[in-house]
Amino acid sequence: MALLEVEDLTVRFYTEDGVVKATNNLSYRIEAGEHFGVVGESGAGKSVSSLAIMRLIEDPGVIESGEIRFKGQNLLELSAEEMRTIRGNEIAMIFQDAETALNPAYTVGEQIAEAVRHHMDLDDAAARDRAIEMLDSVGIPDAAERYSDYPHQFSGGMQQRAVIAMALSCDPDLIIADEPTTALDVTIEAQILELLEEVSETFDTAIQLITHDLGVVAEFCDRVMVMYAGHPVEIAAVDDLYYNPQHPYTVGLMSSIPRIGDTRDRLQTIPGRMPDLIENPPGCNFHPRCPYAEDVCARREPPLVNVETGDPADPINSDSQSAACLEHTGDLLEGLDYQVTVRGTDESTGDAASTDGGVSDE
Amino acid sequence: MSLQRFVLKRGLLTIPLLLGVTLFTFGMVHAIPGDPIDFITLFAELDAETEAEIRAQYGLDKPVYIQYIDWVLNAAQGDFGKSIVTRRPVATEILNRLPYTLLMGSMAFAIAIITAIPSGIVAAYYRNTTVDQISRVFALIGVALPNFWLGLILILVFASWLNLFPVLPPTDRGLLSQDMIIYTLLPAITIGTGSTALLMRLMRSSMVEELDKDYVRTARAKGLPERTVVQKHVLRNSLISVVTVAAIQIAFIISGSVVVEIVFSYPGIGRLLVDRVGNRDFPVIQALVLIIGVAVILANLLADVLYAYLDPRIRY
Ligand SMILES: Nc1ncnc2c1ncn2[C@@H]1O[C@H](COP(=O)(O)OP(=O)(O)OP(=O)(O)O)[C@@H](O)[C@H]1O
Ligand code: SF4
Ligand SMILES: [Mg+2]
Repeated sequence: MALLEVEDLTVRFYTEDGVVKATNNLSYRIEAGEHFGVVGESGAGKSVSSLAIMRLIEDPGVIESGEIRFKGQNLLELSAEEMRTIRGNEIAMIFQDAETALNPAYTVGEQIAEAVRHHMDLDDAAARDRAIEMLDSVGIPDAAERYSDYPHQFSGGMQQRAVIAMALSCDPDLIIADEPTTALDVTIEAQILELLEEVSETFDTAIQLITHDLGVVAEFCDRVMVMYAGHPVEIAAVDDLYYNPQHPYTVGLMSSIPRIGDTRDRLQTIPGRMPDLIENPPGCNFHPRCPYAEDVCARREPPLVNVETGDPADPINSDSQSAACLEHTGDLLEGLDYQVTVRGTDESTGDAASTDGGVSDE
Repeated sequence: MSLQRFVLKRGLLTIPLLLGVTLFTFGMVHAIPGDPIDFITLFAELDAETEAEIRAQYGLDKPVYIQYIDWVLNAAQGDFGKSIVTRRPVATEILNRLPYTLLMGSMAFAIAIITAIPSGIVAAYYRNTTVDQISRVFALIGVALPNFWLGLILILVFASWLNLFPVLPPTDRGLLSQDMIIYTLLPAITIGTGSTALLMRLMRSSMVEELDKDYVRTARAKGLPERTVVQKHVLRNSLISVVTVAAIQIAFIISGSVVVEIVFSYPGIGRLLVDRVGNRDFPVIQALVLIIGVAVILANLLADVLYAYLDPRIRY
C-alpha cells in the first residue's frame, strides 16, 4: 500500500459557461518519502487535482468520482471533522504565491503556531517555541525576533520559507507543493528547492511537486505525471521521461525547458493553445496541436497504456512507463518520429535543464 | 513604527486641521455681510457711546485677528461668550443640549454596528442565497429612505397609532430616565438606518472579497475549523475597511441629527443650531459649528487609528 493512491479522480466545475472537466480519471500513487512531479501547462488541472486531495475544492467544483486513499483510508469518505485532523497535520500544502497565502493581519509566527496549537495539543508557549524552531529550520535568521514580524516585513523568499515552515510544523507525511517557486527568482528558487529536498530527506516526507517546469522536475523528482487538458498523458520515472519520452506532448514540453537568459515564453514552442476544458476536442485532446496527428487521432480517444505492452496502464500498482497516445495502442499508421538529445548539465550557470528534446519532422 | 508612534504622529497632524476649522468657523460668521453689532442690537439706532460699550463687551472694538485669537483661546477653555438671544453663557446653553444629542447619536451608532456587522457577515457567508437577497433589499430601502420621512413614519406608526412611544420627548424626566431612553429609540433608529444599510453592505462586500483570498485557503489547509477561519482570519481583514467607514459615520450621524431633532422635537444641539440660525445668534452658531467640526476631525482620527490597529501594513 502506497502512502497516497489516487484512483480515477474526476473533478468538474459547474460554471455558467458550462461544465469544466478539470480532471478526468486521474490515477497515480505516491510512496512514502517519494518526490512525485505533476507537470503541464496552465489550466491542465494540476491545482485542482491537488486541492481535491485536501478536499478543498470549492463551489462550483465537485469531486464527481474516484477514491483518494491516504494510508489506505479513502479521504472522500471522511467526515468534515475527520478531514480537518488530516489537513495541515498529515497532509500539508504549500501554495504558489506565498505573499497572498499568508494573512497580512497576523504575524508570521502566529500563523505557524496556530497550526501547531490546533494539531499538536501544545500550549501557547510550547507552540511558539515550535514555530520559532520551524522558522529557524527553514533558514530564517533571528527566528525568535522574526516570529513577531508581519508577512509584509518578509522578502518574497522568506515568505515562501515561512509557508514551508508552516507546512512542516506538524510533521506531515505528505506535502503538496503547488508551484512553490514560480513567484521567485532563479537563485531563490534553487534555495527553496534545496530546502524542500533537505526537509523531505530529514523527515522522510513525501512531496507532490506541481510545476510548469520540466527543468525543476529533472532536479527534484523521482517520478512524474504529465497532464494535458485534465488528463494524464504520461506517467514515468523521471529518467525514462527525460531519456525516452513516449508522448508527443512531453516531447514538446521538453523543448520548452527554459534556459537561463532565455526570455521567450516557454510554451510557445508547442504551437497552439490547450483547449478549454468545457468542450474538449474529440478523440485525442492534443490532436489539434500534435505534429504527428493522423485522422484516427480525431476519432479515437487514446487510453493510458503501458508503453511496453500496450495494456491498460495501472499507475497505482505498477511503476512502468505509461502514455496516452494511439502510437502505443498500435493505431497510428506513421508512428512517432522524434529525437531526444541530452546535453550535459552546465555547471557554470547552474542550469537545471539537462535534457534537450527536439521535435523533428524527418 | 509602533502603534503608539503612529497615533502620536497622526494626532499631531490634527493640529493644523483643528486650526483650519477654527479659522473657517470664525471666518464664516465674519463673512456674513453687515456689522455684527446690528445683529446684536437688532438694528436699533444707537448713540455712539452705547455702541462703543457693546463693541467692547463683545470684543468687536479690537482688530479682527485679535478677535480671532481671543475667541480661540477662550473657546479652548470652554468659554464661547454669551448668547445674543438669551444673554446666557453659550457653554451653558450647549451643555444643556449636548447630552441629548450624544445619547441619540451613540444609540444610533450602536444600533448601526450591532445590526450591520453580524447581518453583513451572514449575507457574505451565504452570499447569493435568499438571506443575501433579503439583506440587499433591506439595505436598498435603508439607504433610499430620507431621514425626515422615515422619522415621520415612525412617529405616525409607533407613537400615534400604536401608542408605544410618546409623541413628544419626556424632557422633564431627565436624560437617562427610562422614558427618555425609550423615546430616543425612535430618532436613533431613524438616524441609524442609513448607516446600518451602508455598513451592512460594506461588511458583506468586504467579507466576500476576503473570503476569496488565498490566505483563507491556507487557513483551511491548516485544518482549522470553519468558524476559526471566518472569525479569526477573514473577519479581521474584512473589518479593516468597514471600521474606517463606521468611524466616519459618526460625522454623518452628527450632521443627520439636525433634521431628525427637528422632526422629533428633540432637545439636542441640532435643533438649537437651527433655532439660533434664525436669530443670528452668532456666538452660539460659531460654537456649535466648531464643536461639530472638531467631532468630525476626531471621528477621522479614530478611523485612522483603528485602521492602523487592524492593518499592520499601515503602521509599519
Ligand atoms: N473555481 C473554479 N471555477 C471554475 N473553473 C475552475 C475553477 N478552478 C479551476 N477551474 C478550471 O479547472 C481547470 C484546471 O485548473 P487548475 O487550476 O487545476 O490548472 P493548473 O494546471 O493548476 O494551472 P496553473 O498552472 O495555471 O496553476 C481550468 O480550466 C480552470 O479554468
Ligand atoms: S494520439 Fe495522435 S494526436 Fe494524440 S498524441 Fe498521439 S499522435 Fe498525437
Ligand atoms: Mg495551478
